[in-house]
Amino acid sequence: MAQARPPAGLSAQPLDVQALVRAVKTEQHGAVVTFLGTTRETSPDDPRPVAALEYEAYEAMAVPEMEAIARETRERFGPLGIAMQHRTGRVELGEPSVVVVVAAPHRGAAFDACRYAIDALKSRVAVWKREVYRDGDAAWIANTPS
Amino acid sequence: MTVRVLAFARLRELLGFGERLVGVPEGTTAEALWSQLASEAPQLAPLRTSTRFARNGALADGTTALQEGDEIALLPPVGGG
Repeated sequence: MAQARPPAGLSAQPLDVQALVRAVKTEQHGAVVTFLGTTRETSPDDPRPVAALEYEAYEAMAVPEMEAIARETRERFGPLGIAMQHRTGRVELGEPSVVVVVAAPHRGAAFDACRYAIDALKSRVAVWKREVYRDGDAAWIANTPS
Repeated sequence: MTVRVLAFARLRELLGFGERLVGVPEGTTAEALWSQLASEAPQLAPLRTSTRFARNGALADGTTALQEGDEIALLPPVGGG
């Protein structure tokens, strides 16, 4: 069953993984893979410990791009349910900043599709990340190609 | 004519605005708009090669001719996830 409009969006509130699982999983699905990207204390670019991340987005581009990635993922990996959400604003250490949920008939497609979708999201979606260090300083961090 | 300029992340901080109406010559391009902004904020200049433009929500290259009322976004390299 194809989803008309995949749940894809931005949220200033904590991400609710279970709600996304419920939104995409049907009785045709035997496997659900969820990817959570969480705020990490160690920066790839800076030796100082990270206290939090702050995200900003260009919503008018970010949401349509996430929807396009969801459509592409279904075209490549077959009949699956997919949802993704990205946080905006301040995300405290250990909290999820992004979630991708894929429900598929079997686990192979679910893992492959989830990997494809998160890689595409990180390289294409108009979201920016600022590391806030414990000393109060901050820096914008761009993604490196996966 | 006037276009609406959106700036994000480091570009927003360097320009000192996230959104602003900017007066530009008729028929100007995204590249010329960048040069105009960089003349007011010289610290922008080294970021040109890593910046992409979007016109009304779609990626556009620097030669794109701008129209009155366009929304032009200045996009640094993304950092989602």
